[in-house]
Amino acid sequence: MSKPKLAIIPGANCAGCDYSLLDLGEKIIDVLIATEIAYWPTAADLKLEDLEKLPDGSIDIVLFEGAVNNDETEEMAKLARKKAKNLIAFGACACFGGIPGLANVASRDSILQKAYIKSLSTVNQQGIVPYKITKVDGGELTVPELLETVKSLDQVVKVDYYLPGCPPPLKLTADALVAALSGKLPPKGTVFGSMKSVCDDCKRIRENKRITEIKRYHQIVPDAEKCLLEQGIVCMGPATRGGCDAICPTVNIPCRGCMGPTSESRDQGARMLSALSSVIGLEGEAGVSDEDVRKLVLQIKDPLGTFYRYTLPKSIMRRVWGVRE
Amino acid sequence: MEKDFEPNILVFACNWCSYAGMDLAGTSRLQYPHNLKVIRVMCSGRINPVHILEAFANGADGVLVTGCHPGDCHYISGNYKTRRRIMLLERLLEQFGVEKERLRLEWVSASEGERFANIAKEFVEQIRKLGPNRIAEKLRKEVAVV
Repeated sequence: MSKPKLAIIPGANCAGCDYSLLDLGEKIIDVLIATEIAYWPTAADLKLEDLEKLPDGSIDIVLFEGAVNNDETEEMAKLARKKAKNLIAFGACACFGGIPGLANVASRDSILQKAYIKSLSTVNQQGIVPYKITKVDGGELTVPELLETVKSLDQVVKVDYYLPGCPPPLKLTADALVAALSGKLPPKGTVFGSMKSVCDDCKRIRENKRITEIKRYHQIVPDAEKCLLEQGIVCMGPATRGGCDAICPTVNIPCRGCMGPTSESRDQGARMLSALSSVIGLEGEAGVSDEDVRKLVLQIKDPLGTFYRYTLPKSIMRRVWGVRE
Repeated sequence: MEKDFEPNILVFACNWCSYAGMDLAGTSRLQYPHNLKVIRVMCSGRINPVHILEAFANGADGVLVTGCHPGDCHYISGNYKTRRRIMLLERLLEQFGVEKERLRLEWVSASEGERFANIAKEFVEQIRKLGPNRIAEKLRKEVAVV
């Protein structure tokens, strides 16, 4: 019997998910023995042609990592779907758009302007901005063209499984690979992770205290035992899917939400906004003026960037609508 | 101001005060614009930001959230939560590019039928001045059907 085929296909990614696979340690050898690598640019010397030549639907497990942000990654996403028997969105970017998805706060043109012309550290006297096609001596050069809006993988093609995280916790990756290799995959659409929130995995002590002041992480040395949120630090735990064993809060770092929304919500930011509004508050609220309440909640400097750090393209609003330079 | 623009406004009303207040406006035969679509909820604290974001993403031109006056909440503190939520949500909406004036929070008690009718008139006029919310249209264009 031939071995199951495995492919890891990159989109707009940082290859961090790739590297997380190395944390499998020696077990990675078991994976390599059990599978045949069909495509994995970071690790195997296979070309895109090799992937294109394979019959459709012939790759048993395709891990697609990264968001879809230009016409090339969009093509790769479609190719991944065509060749895959089981397509797994691998990592926060593929699942929800991730960090590259934050590009959705600005328009494509303003991003190009900022990156190539306006930023202070840029020296670009001729004012060259990359275009899809550039004429040079001896022909034309093409580069991938940015999409106006960054998308998650499932906004481009149908996705079978989701493996969130930045990068996905090793335990979940191993679970998914074992399930796929042993032919015991859960129903399609499953998100590998816990059905509960990060708070359910977190060992910190909660006292149901009200917070009256939001603090930024550099402003205090947080108590190692107590809930970070109750110390006034915005921790995304209540709005984030568990399954990561709350590794960040365990080492005194607030959760940033890379596991995406919990199983019960579809918009992580709205969930966090709700949760946060429930724990902040001043004493004797009946007498507190609207202005004071506003002052309190506006201590959260950048709700959009904080609450949707990894999930802006998958949020209800999907992007910022309107000009922002 | 756009011609023939009839604002499409969603109203959330708490069961104990505001819905009764609206009822009173009706039984007192007070007139207010027909642009409001009312959803009754048990408490203004029940209103999830998802409901409001969904409303704007689906073409509501304005959302009016009503609840009991401070100190009057049937569930003691639901309206305080709402106040904090709405204020933070206003900021978030601004960041998303939705004018924060499209969202409004008002306290309406069961005896304030007239107050409700006035708020309704005022809010409809405010939204009329702002013009239609174009996000739903743009979203539909952006969303690929997979």
